[in-house]
Amino acid sequence: MLNQSKTVGLPVSRIDGPLKVTGQARYAAEHFGPGMLYGHVVSATIATGRIRAIHTAAAEHFPGVVKIYTHDNRPKTAYRDSRWKDAVALPGHPFRPLENDRVLFDGQPVAFVVAESPEAARDAAGLVQIEYLSEEPHTDIVAQRHESYEPPVPRMKQFMPPPPRGDAEAAFAAAAHRVSADYVLSGEHHNPMELFASTVLLGTDGALTIHDKTQGSQNSCDYICGVFSLDPGKVVVKNSFVGGAFGQALRPKHQLFFAVMASLDLNRSMKVEMTRQDMFYLTWRPSCIQTVSLAADAEGHLQAVMHHAVHATSRHEDYQENVANWSGLAYKCENVKISYEIAKLDLATPGDMRAPGAATGMTALEAAMDELAYAAGIDPLELRIRNFVHRDQNQDKAITSKALHACYREGAARFGWAERSAAPRSMREGDDLVGWGMAGGIWEAMMSKGEAKVRLSVDGSVTVSAAASDIGTGTYTILGQLAAEAFDCPVDAVSVEIGASDLPKTGVEGGSWTAATTGSAVQAAAKAVIKTLLTHAQSMENSPLKEAKVQQVEIAEGRLVLESNHQIGVSMVDILEAAGLEAIEEHAKVGPDMLTMMRYASYSHSAVFVEVKVDEELGIVRVTRVVSAIGAGRILNPKTARSQILGGIVMGIGMALHEEGMIDHRTGRIMNHNLAEYHVPAHADIRDIEVIFVEEDDDMASPIGVKGLGEIGIVGVAAAVSNAVFHATGKRIRTLPITVDKILQSEAV
Amino acid sequence: MDTPRAQSGLPTSSLILDINGIAQTVEVHPWTTLLDLLRSELELTGTKKGCDHGQCGACTVLIDGERINSCLKLAVTLDGAEITTIEGLGTPGDMHPLQRAFVEHDAFQCGYCTPGQICSAVGLINEGHAQGRDEIRELMSGNLCRCGAYTNIADAIEEVLSAQAGTPQREAAE
Ligand code: FES
Ligand code: FES
Repeated sequence: MLNQSKTVGLPVSRIDGPLKVTGQARYAAEHFGPGMLYGHVVSATIATGRIRAIHTAAAEHFPGVVKIYTHDNRPKTAYRDSRWKDAVALPGHPFRPLENDRVLFDGQPVAFVVAESPEAARDAAGLVQIEYLSEEPHTDIVAQRHESYEPPVPRMKQFMPPPPRGDAEAAFAAAAHRVSADYVLSGEHHNPMELFASTVLLGTDGALTIHDKTQGSQNSCDYICGVFSLDPGKVVVKNSFVGGAFGQALRPKHQLFFAVMASLDLNRSMKVEMTRQDMFYLTWRPSCIQTVSLAADAEGHLQAVMHHAVHATSRHEDYQENVANWSGLAYKCENVKISYEIAKLDLATPGDMRAPGAATGMTALEAAMDELAYAAGIDPLELRIRNFVHRDQNQDKAITSKALHACYREGAARFGWAERSAAPRSMREGDDLVGWGMAGGIWEAMMSKGEAKVRLSVDGSVTVSAAASDIGTGTYTILGQLAAEAFDCPVDAVSVEIGASDLPKTGVEGGSWTAATTGSAVQAAAKAVIKTLLTHAQSMENSPLKEAKVQQVEIAEGRLVLESNHQIGVSMVDILEAAGLEAIEEHAKVGPDMLTMMRYASYSHSAVFVEVKVDEELGIVRVTRVVSAIGAGRILNPKTARSQILGGIVMGIGMALHEEGMIDHRTGRIMNHNLAEYHVPAHADIRDIEVIFVEEDDDMASPIGVKGLGEIGIVGVAAAVSNAVFHATGKRIRTLPITVDKILQSEAV
Repeated sequence: MDTPRAQSGLPTSSLILDINGIAQTVEVHPWTTLLDLLRSELELTGTKKGCDHGQCGACTVLIDGERINSCLKLAVTLDGAEITTIEGLGTPGDMHPLQRAFVEHDAFQCGYCTPGQICSAVGLINEGHAQGRDEIRELMSGNLCRCGAYTNIADAIEEVLSAQAGTPQREAAE
């Protein structure tokens, strides 16, 4: 680990900030080229059935239309499923746009119009007439829960429930305090502000440069090379700026397919941008129904934990996420039974959305913990402290670090939790009922395999490169900071090149592992550069570093020096000049340490405290205060780190109070596919939020001590809000979001 | 031309717009929105499209100093108007005070809602209604930020607002 810090750990402003605030940062749809054509997708208006006929004549005659594609005339693509499977593909049959006449979900792309202008493509798309043979749709998870099944092919081994421990049923029956309830979560939609878009620029030599909205440029590149049998050397996918994604852009989307298909077929550059409505027809957080049963002895020690979860998937793929396993490791308990199933619905395949699984499962567990606290007459925070656990009981492994006690302590102190009066409906302010609730959060701290290159030039400038993405996460900035730290130079002397598929290999940006992975790769590459510098320095005449070992040197003020004595050293420029080099460039590969992984599990943790004010007559809930205390290892940049947590909290408030994908189950169609009817938190919904990062040293989670921050901020938030609503009103609302109607219709207990 | 100009065979109108201080003559179809004119024809891509339906605020620009959702405005109705987009407020080397404050307060993450937020904030300050945080929150609610940067956006605007409120007194004292 780096020990001293001149830039790492400081609240450095984003290095890409000035480009973003001046409108100079270019997103996927914002690139231009000669002879560009534009595409517009025609979406199915039934949820399940077949296409009987597509009438395109009227659309074809629309001025400016170049070609209309349907399943009857689409160009040939790869035959085998394996060629269509991207890096984040799921068990099942990957969706192929325009594959055949089958409609599997509302909004499925069924035709594609190409025209000389975006307006012509859009208007002509409205003239395409489709006749369907519609079948009866099944889109309600509550109605379909009896058809659920255990995924026959696990997406990942860790998503499968751990074997049961002890005898949860018997322990439950015998315990002093018991709670058991169903918790229902509506489907949610990511709705990043940027629309999905791909711009394909055709080079004179047939090479393609593609600007794609994706969380992984290499994933998009591999996907289209597989599907269209392209030479990977002739395709570069770029995602220099990504206007939010939250998991929705992990897998390649159909606009990429269409843009490349038409570009190859028509030999023209292409641009395809989705509409906001289209974005509701893709990847979504699955609706989920969970049964959680908890039991404790008279002192509040957990005796039994049972958690059963069923969430939605599509007809053609088995989407899976880790919903329920958290219940087996969050608290100390000897009797645990966890089960997990999915159920097929006539909807698009769900996908990862910010803290996939944990945001859903921990919401149910932490709401149930609150119910148990009331059943046992114990303060909700105290109940959690009494059940603190130091091991991962699911895997029977030690934990690399867990500063959750500090999260509880510092969060509670800042919030003023000690002032809380326990009884529901006991706190008021004017006409409002006031409620204070809390919950805990967990997310797995992951590191994956990744590579990076670092180049030190004779003018002292440093270039860092990796195919990583910055989806708002601050990747540009933290990589710049890590390099600046290694070379003891200002952050603005570092140029950070990310967001292109021809850069060193990096996995998709997801699961909060980018900082740990690419950050560690940058650090390793920087160390390799220093090692090479030392080798060259040692071959200089009278080198003062002749005897130095690489562990004993560092860079300070432009010189390679002994750590123990900065007087002894050689200037970097002199070393490079003596060696006759313009620059030194090194490449590094990192990956998780297998030995550590065998013995340890690693998680980030949080404790989140929420105040709500409820106007009971109107049924309106306002979140007036949030304090979130986070234990996530080393914080590279408290400014951007805080923003990630704020974003998670805001989305968690949305989950608790606003966000609800509404489906008309009679037709299987999405009803609120726009931002006026699918509510995401607006500015006036968000008041004071405080984020605390507790001290947590962890050199096992990743070489740079980082655990990742993209997910942990949302986990537990919805539970804390719903627990606060209970405290305010005495109403336990177990179907999220907690909307006005639910407040008005439920009875206080 | 590299970019889609008015399409032949379809009706167009000619109008003069002052965009970021430069008067230009543009040929537009009657159905072309100001947003599409800016973004795809003039390649001023700083103005963003988040919904095309007046529901998100990403496309906010200033017309004669007033903030407006450019996706809801047909370009043909704007002959003679003065339009300011994010590109007209400042550049990376010479940022508007709000742009600087947004960077300083980390009032964005992905940056996609940001040009709209900043133009909206300029409009808000011009309107002169917002005195404090609660009003900022309320009057900035037409600009969604899915990254959830709201508290930082409020901090940034509040800082610029109070600096401006302070200016006259300072000037008076000088
Ligand atoms: S794009 Fe204009 S309000 Fe959303
Ligand atoms: S910064 Fe991403 S939507 Fe606001």
